[in-house]
Order: sequence, then structure tokens, then C-alpha cells
Amino acid sequence: MSYQPKIVSFLCNWCSYTGADLAGTSRMKYAPNVRIIRVMCSGRIEPTFVLKAFREGADGVLICGCHPGDCHYHEGNYKCLRRYYLLQKYIQQMGLKKERLRLEWISASEGKQFAELADEYTESIKELGPCKVKEVMEVLT
Amino acid sequence: MGKEEKPKLKLAIYWAAACGGCCVSVLDVHEKLLDVIAVADLVFWPIAIDIKYKDVEKMPDGYIDVTLFNGAIRNSENEYMARLLRLKTKILVAYGSCAHIGGIPGLANFSTREEIFKRVYEESESTVNPDKIRPQTEVEVEEGKLDLPEFFNDVMPLDEVVCVDYYLPGCPPQSERFFEVFTAIVNGLDLPPKKSVVGVTDKSQCDDCERKKTDNKLVKRFYRPHEIEDDGETCFLEQGVICLGPATRSGCGVRCIKGNAPCRGCYGPPPDVADPGAKMMSAIATMIDANDPEEIEEIIEQIDDPGGTFYRYSLPSAILRRTI
Repeated sequence: MSYQPKIVSFLCNWCSYTGADLAGTSRMKYAPNVRIIRVMCSGRIEPTFVLKAFREGADGVLICGCHPGDCHYHEGNYKCLRRYYLLQKYIQQMGLKKERLRLEWISASEGKQFAELADEYTESIKELGPCKVKEVMEVLT
Repeated sequence: MGKEEKPKLKLAIYWAAACGGCCVSVLDVHEKLLDVIAVADLVFWPIAIDIKYKDVEKMPDGYIDVTLFNGAIRNSENEYMARLLRLKTKILVAYGSCAHIGGIPGLANFSTREEIFKRVYEESESTVNPDKIRPQTEVEVEEGKLDLPEFFNDVMPLDEVVCVDYYLPGCPPQSERFFEVFTAIVNGLDLPPKKSVVGVTDKSQCDDCERKKTDNKLVKRFYRPHEIEDDGETCFLEQGVICLGPATRSGCGVRCIKGNAPCRGCYGPPPDVADPGAKMMSAIATMIDANDPEEIEEIIEQIDDPGGTFYRYSLPSAILRRTI
């Protein structure tokens, strides 16, 4: 079987998870590589969660939140956006490709967009190949 | 009179990959050092007394009561001594940031052994080494075989190698804290559970910091300490200077901040925080006063070296403990 990447996805409860749910209830097919974790808000996603996902063997991390201006808690998604850019800079310094962490906005009605995103992101991670973080971190001299 | 004298404690202090500052911090108790040696015999302390490794090897197991182990594990000699002292010691204390969470030597985890050797033995400006000779762990000479410790690819905190009883953080630990902990051990007070971090509080630096703080922590620009004239009383973060106070345990008496320098995180994470750097990134990022992606990126550009800034002391114990 071809290489199947593991993708951890954090979806906000109010928009993106509902969007992914819509994809499901509409019986859209999308790549099963995306493992969804529901959080109350994209602003809840701490850098620790993302780093831990890589440490435990994720090949990619996908964060989805409400579109700018639509956050259920007013500005949680902006906080997520700011953390995202700082994390991007940090993970690149640690030798990870920036494509391994991605942030997209998915609204509750965008089931189709979520399904397409899951497919497209899975493909792009497949091209990158397995992430070495887990392997490197487990080997001590 | 007539009272049986308490046997003296046997104290050892050892340095692995360290700068020597931790040993000096023990001396910084000044005249109280006399109180220390009144109740304890120093049985091993390379910086101050002439006891060889072979003498330690001859000690019975569990002979030493307390060992203050400072420094990270960088090479096979450090590892050997860590294991040896673990065997000979009843209470092994990881003393100082390097033994606790990796410390400044841990920043070498941004490079591999090969990169470090290449830089040091080939490329550095003061090196003349046309044959590209590198240190060997063993070499045969007329007189016999000579050996050197093996340089590891990773720097590790002490607890990656042996079981640690207590951690006493700081770069270096405050001498007062050392003295308090030492006195507690001497007097046989109730010691905290094993694996505790001692000589600290359960709060963050911000709880102890006396600078003026408001809820408005939004900034348009980050400054390095030399780029701004600190007003001496407002929270560093509010002035746009990165201060690791929110993600650092208190216990040092906020000495750096009182000296008008932002906290750099040597006391390690507060309780229940796995990765202080990630926590700090989480806090710093939300302070950015912009919602536009391009503007956010511009502001983040001003943080030159996020890895080295947020993990200055804690890289080897972080979730991503080295570059890949």
C-alpha cells in the first residue's frame, strides 16, 4: 500500500467542526488520513498541542477555525492566526517544512470545502513524505 | 556533653557540561559555608578538592548522602559520572538549569555533532588544521592507549540518564535556596516527595514581579533589550520586550527583573507545564496587535530567533528537543 500520512486536525466547535460534520452528513468522501480533534475555539489550540502532535508521529497538522470576523468568541481565531505565524517560524527553525502546519478557515456551511481541503492537504503531505520528528526525538545517543 | 554527636553528612558536588557558575553559587553562601562544613564533609568536589574519579569508584554504594550534580550530559564522561554518582549517592540533586532542563549548553541541540565538529575543528577563524584532524575516542601511543570521552550528538538533562531525587533550578541557583534546602536535609526536616523541584514557589515570575501591569498587553513591535529605554517600572512585555516571566517558575526573587533585565527563563517551567517555550510562544503571539496576516508576519519578523529566545534554557527537555 502506498504511504499514508497521519494528519492531526484541530477543528473549532462552532464553524469548522460543524463544516466537517456537514461533509459527513452530506456523504461526501474525503481522505481518511485526517484525524479530527474538536476544540471549542481555534484560540484554544496551544502551540504545545501542535508540537505534541508532531512528537507523537503526525506528518502534518491542520488547524481550522471560523473565518476572520466570525469567531464565536469574537477574536479567538485572530489569536490562533498570530500563534500560527510564530509557530511557523519556530518549526522551520527546528527543521520542519512549513507545509507540515497549515491553517485554513472553514465555516459551518463549507462541508465541500473541508472535504476538498482534506484531500488536497493529504496529497501535499504525501508528496513531502513521512515527518522525521518522532524518529529523531526517540533516538538518544 | 555525653550527647552522641550526629555523624557528619557526606556531601559531593560535581560538574558535568557546566560553566562552573553553579559551583561558585555554593561558595556564594559566603561565611555560611563554615556552617555547611561544620555539619558536612565534602567528599568530592573537583573545583575545590583533590579527589580523583578512582577514589569515588572505591566508595561503597550509597556512601555519599547528598550529591549536587550540576551541568548537562554532553559526553560519555558526563554520563559515566552521572551513573557512578547515582550509585554512590542517597540523594541526587540536579543542581542548576543545565542538570534540570539542559541549560545554555543545551542550545547546541540546534546543531548536530558533525556540524559542531566541522565548525570547531575546520572552519572557525582561529583554526589551522589542514589535515582535518578530529578528536578520537582512543589513540595508541608508545606509552599505551589514551582515551577521550565520546562527544554525544545530543545534550541531555541529567534525568535522561539517571533517576534524579530533587531538582534545584536556576542559572545559577540562588545561594539562599541552596542553603535552605541543605539546612532542611541536615535537620532531617520532612523532605518533599521525590522528584520535586525544590527551592522554588508554585507560581510564575509575574506573581512576584513588582512592575506595573495592566490588562493591555498588545504591542505593535518587539524590541530587544538594547533597542529600548526601559522606564524601570512598567511590565517588560507591555513595553514590547520579550520577558519569559509568565512561563517561568519563581523562586529566584525576580532578581533579573529587579536589575532591569527581562526574565530569560532559567528557573524552568511552572508546575504542570510540559514545555515552557511553547507556553511562552502562546502568550507572546496573542500580544501582537494586528489581525492582518501580513502585518502579523512583519511583527513576528522582529523576533529574530524564536527557538533560542523561548527555549534558551530548556531546549533539551522541550517537546522538540533538537533540530531534525
